[in-house]
Amino acid sequence: MEKRAIFGGRALPYLLLAPQLLITLVFFYWPASQAVWQSFLLEDAFGLRTDFVWFENYNHLFHDGDYYRAMATTAIFSIAVTALSLSIALLLAVQADKSIKGAGAYKTLLIWPYAVAPAIAGVLWLFMFQPSLGLVARGLRALGLDWNPLLNGDHAMALVIMASTWKQISYNFLFFLAGLQSIPRSVIEAAAIDGARPVRRFWTIVFPLLSPTAFFLLVVNIVYVFFDTFGIIDAMTGGGPAKATETLVYKVFFDGRLGGNLGGSAAQSVILMIMVIALTAVQFRYIERRVTY
Amino acid sequence: MRTYGKLGWLAAGAMLFAASEAAAQTEIQWWHAMTGANNNVIVKLADDFNATQKDYKVVPSYRGGYADTMNAGIAAFRAGQAPHIMQVFEVGTATMMAATGAVKPVHVLMKEANEPFDPKNYLPTITGYYSTTKGEMLSFPFNSSSTVMWYNKDSFKKAGLDPETPPKTWPEVFEAAKKLKASGHPNCGFGNAWVTWVNLEQLSAWHNVPLATKSNGMDGFDTVLAFNSPLHVKHLQNLVDLQKDKTYDYSGRTNTGEGRFTSGECPIFLTSSAFFGNVKANAKFAFGNAPMPYYPEVAGAPQNSIIGGASLWVMGGKSAAEYKGVARFFTFLSDTDRQVELHKLSGYLPITKAAYDKTKASGYYKEFPYLETPLIELTNKEPTANSRGLRLGNMVQLREVWAEEFEAALSGKKTAQQAIDDAVSRGNAMLRQFERTVSR
Repeated sequence: MEKRAIFGGRALPYLLLAPQLLITLVFFYWPASQAVWQSFLLEDAFGLRTDFVWFENYNHLFHDGDYYRAMATTAIFSIAVTALSLSIALLLAVQADKSIKGAGAYKTLLIWPYAVAPAIAGVLWLFMFQPSLGLVARGLRALGLDWNPLLNGDHAMALVIMASTWKQISYNFLFFLAGLQSIPRSVIEAAAIDGARPVRRFWTIVFPLLSPTAFFLLVVNIVYVFFDTFGIIDAMTGGGPAKATETLVYKVFFDGRLGGNLGGSAAQSVILMIMVIALTAVQFRYIERRVTY
Repeated sequence: MRTYGKLGWLAAGAMLFAASEAAAQTEIQWWHAMTGANNNVIVKLADDFNATQKDYKVVPSYRGGYADTMNAGIAAFRAGQAPHIMQVFEVGTATMMAATGAVKPVHVLMKEANEPFDPKNYLPTITGYYSTTKGEMLSFPFNSSSTVMWYNKDSFKKAGLDPETPPKTWPEVFEAAKKLKASGHPNCGFGNAWVTWVNLEQLSAWHNVPLATKSNGMDGFDTVLAFNSPLHVKHLQNLVDLQKDKTYDYSGRTNTGEGRFTSGECPIFLTSSAFFGNVKANAKFAFGNAPMPYYPEVAGAPQNSIIGGASLWVMGGKSAAEYKGVARFFTFLSDTDRQVELHKLSGYLPITKAAYDKTKASGYYKEFPYLETPLIELTNKEPTANSRGLRLGNMVQLREVWAEEFEAALSGKKTAQQAIDDAVSRGNAMLRQFERTVSR
């Protein structure tokens, strides 16, 4: 028989919810509504003159080739970073989960990069790959590759993907490791007794049992790539060369803060917000059904 | 507990004392974007001014890079907390100027405060950038520089070039760069920072060809970009050709590539004259600088160069007493001896004719000739409509768009002609948008 606590009246539950609701209202709904309002305005930087222009900012965006290019860049960038950081983290977690000498040290070291701020991560990678100063860049040039992220968009893209992936691996690693450790040993041992090889054991037992973790990480990683990679891109390429590494969120910053086009920038962030909401909804509605919890 | 109590009283007393002293003075907030040695210069200027009188106290405060400082000032204005003086880079001029009511033009400020002020005392190529076409000064020039060609004398010797006669024209630079490349600079014969400032803006002024119509935007916001001329295309084509074997090597949009000169990687490097402090501190070779090269077939070239750097804008909505303090501070800054000292200390250009003449008469340039190069360029000829300065809205974004097109051409994605044409048409769309936001 289940015990149930019955609260008299409605005041108490709302009171208990109030702090959380207040935080959500102040830090999410209020700025979001401001962005929506701003996206309908045409305004100079100082806010001296303001015109309500309906959907003109949006209309302008949808006729802007640069905007579609930023979308494509974001798609390539987010797929690459999410796929790479999840698979590398999984590989590392599976290896670190084995009983090997010094596993504790490996685990600790693998978690460290997460503590590095995005902009610092960007600068660190830049030092290695900067064409005239970087050690790795010199090595690449010595091998005959004309490494030049300043002019070659593909090189610049590779660079920001590497740095963003590296930054996110630790986080994914941590969750995968925790997920692996919560899989009961007895299940794996039973499979081993039945004669299943390690690879088969991984794909038929470990991976399905890890899928809730993997799903959670997929959502978190996509949000990370959409928003948190901004610092890395800003420090490494500034969206260049020739906009090759300009993602949607970087374009919001560039147009709004550097270009003073507040309405257009707000319209972009509204679209970005809708995209992320839709993406998360789709993930939870469809992908979650196939995930074993 | 008792000791804490005593300390508390002491602290309260100290605060009271500080408050009563502050009340007697009018504080002038000065937001700036200077770091390192130049930040020290700003602090010293404020301290010196505060020591000369008791009525006003200038309080400098660092607000990040140029774009950050400007954005912080704009945000503060929107919140009703604007500083009195704000340092704004030259490309922000059109935005500031269009903000009628948010800023107080310097010529109005000086007149209202009854401070002695004659615009004719200032160097026209410097103040012109920050004045109306009628010569009314809008903002007060603070740190100005111009593009010069820095070169490595040791590398010149090694390549068999005369270190005392640097190349004067672009074809000569290309030839020299080829020789330098062959003699130990495989990755960079010559390079430049600020790609569009050097290769579009300065190139136009130096050859007396328009960058944009309406005197490069000085005569109105309905200006149209005009740099899709044969000269501009030819120059970009030359760079594209030389980029292929790294006789020229692209070094980024801002000045992050300047280290390639001081490290010895690029023996010729075109960038700001304010690079001087850095070169002096870090270059382990004999160096010199020379005026920008020009194309000899262009009649009348070289004309005069334009400036880069920043000026001080006075924000609107302050009290008369505060404006009086700002005006007195500007008079203080214009003082000849102070300008001479600032010039020698920072490498930035003096803004008054008297300061230039005095430095020259003292024989200082004999010892440090590279400090005079930008002044020779700026005063080379009487400025024309094409070489007085630039006043284009959305300039920060414009520069990025132009740089993108340069990058597209240099990486072989577009032809030089196509890249220049696209830079013009994309830039024009942005100018029209700016025109709409300011003239409604």
